[in-house]
Amino acid sequence: MKKIVSTGNKDTRSGFGAGLHELGKKNPNVVALCADLIGSLKMEEFAKEFPNRFFQIGIAEANMIGLATGLTIGGKIPFTGTFASFSTGRVYDQIRQSIAYSNKNVKICASHAGITLGEDGATHQMMEDIGLMKMLPNMTVINPADYNQTKAATIAIAEVKGPVYLRFGRPVVPIFTSPDEPFIIGKAITMIEGTDVSIFATGHLLWKAIEAAEILDQQGIHAEVINIHTIKPLDDEAILKSVLKTGCAVSAEEHMMNGGLGDSIAQLFSRKLPRPLEMVAVNDKFGESGKPEELLKKFGLDTPDIVEAVKKVLTRK
Amino acid sequence: MADIQKLQTIAAQVRRDVIRMVHKPASGHPGGSLGCADFFTALYFDTLSIDPKNFTMDGKDEDIFFLSNGHLSAVWYSVLARKGFFEVSELSTFRILNTRLQGHPTTAEHLPGIRVASGSLGQGLSVACGAALSKKLNDDHHLVYTLHGDGELQEGQIWEAALFAAAKKIDNIISTIDYNGKQIDGPVDDVVSLGDLKAKWLAFGWDVVEMNGNIMEEVIKGFAEAKSRTGKGKPVVIIMKTEMGMGVDFMMGTHKWHGKAPNDEEFSRAMTQLPETIGDF
Repeated sequence: MKKIVSTGNKDTRSGFGAGLHELGKKNPNVVALCADLIGSLKMEEFAKEFPNRFFQIGIAEANMIGLATGLTIGGKIPFTGTFASFSTGRVYDQIRQSIAYSNKNVKICASHAGITLGEDGATHQMMEDIGLMKMLPNMTVINPADYNQTKAATIAIAEVKGPVYLRFGRPVVPIFTSPDEPFIIGKAITMIEGTDVSIFATGHLLWKAIEAAEILDQQGIHAEVINIHTIKPLDDEAILKSVLKTGCAVSAEEHMMNGGLGDSIAQLFSRKLPRPLEMVAVNDKFGESGKPEELLKKFGLDTPDIVEAVKKVLTRK
Repeated sequence: MADIQKLQTIAAQVRRDVIRMVHKPASGHPGGSLGCADFFTALYFDTLSIDPKNFTMDGKDEDIFFLSNGHLSAVWYSVLARKGFFEVSELSTFRILNTRLQGHPTTAEHLPGIRVASGSLGQGLSVACGAALSKKLNDDHHLVYTLHGDGELQEGQIWEAALFAAAKKIDNIISTIDYNGKQIDGPVDDVVSLGDLKAKWLAFGWDVVEMNGNIMEEVIKGFAEAKSRTGKGKPVVIIMKTEMGMGVDFMMGTHKWHGKAPNDEEFSRAMTQLPETIGDF
């Protein structure tokens, strides 16, 4: 089995900050807006180097979404930054009408997604955002896996014309993708090839899926691990090709089961190629305070949960 | 100098267009549209620096208008067509399946003149402030205009944007409030009163101009006054008194025609009060 090595540890939000800073240097039309969370979103470098193109909005997320919409008129490419909870649920109608329906070139960048923001608890632990955003026509939904990929994704989304939701997180997690790997929106990446089961993982849970595949490999189970960094548009072709080979699948994400990646894959399977699927996701409950690793364990999103889901789905083949 | 009589003639036709547009699909919002016919006519035929034949989404080097209270779509479409953004004949498709003239304005149908969808209230001021910032970044000295309903001011986002615009000295924007005192459920004062509206805008740091939106000379003067106050570090708001339903006697003095189309008998009565002036669509 191909061994995937971690080259260090960093938060994905820092990948966003680094990507945004780099974009600022190469594209004068890129502007950034933040609702009083510059430090948390790692937007300091952009704000410092490009003060004319950076807008501190204050604690007014609805206004921020509208301002970003307006900035596109005249050719700017606005990147908004706040927590996932305030980037989506709080401003759903503003995104729906002003950005998605109006098809505006706004990049909604959301940190602290999922349960791993930790101690702040359920008010801030956004696990419905993928569902909310993927339901909107015109919206692209991206959830990269580590620092390097988040940086690459941030740079890549400036090149697509139209609304994008970019989701990342707070905790320090392993870096394991190459800094030179180009980010191709909508193109799944096979991390490990296998023949017995396909594990489709997104965001922070991709590393957990890799860990699970290593454990399974020692037990003689050959899992294929695929990085679904783009949830919409979903790479139907790559998913179907993999599951045609393996015959069953597990999805893994730091999100509600309803509306998440697993839900998209289940839809695809039922329409195109029915195969057993187990979903590692949060099943219809709010989060709580705790350390990221403790929460992943308590909410069934950890490496052993993926291993267990694989074993269960193999019995359903 | 503006030709007041010519503008009045156009506004009269626009009012007739509005009633004919909402009567055909038996759907729409005639009250506010009638009240703002003079505003839209003055804005598009006198005040705005625009090129109707070459509409661009970016609106560089021209003025930009956003309709925040999107339910006034009928009057906006009529004026856009009369100004030459699209064929006047298309007004007959309003609210009918496969139309570009959707119930509420949208960019989805690529109708020239429209830059953002509106209908869900309270969002237009934020969008306009963003466009105003974009103009500043582009060193484009043209202005951004908006229209809002008075009932719409009950939306919190309006005040987020009002606070922001003053704090960031967005002084290339002229927002107008259609102060007709009426909303769907009744008088604004009975629903949730706005209190001292002028004092509120002043307290938020805006420069305030007042005008009667149903007297053409006053509208032209009001816009000129508002324009003269731009570029001085403050956003500008026009508090514009209008009469909902203006021009059709039985639609005036009540909130009941906010979102209701006339039946055939009512339509005939309205038509006798709104003679054709520059040709029906």
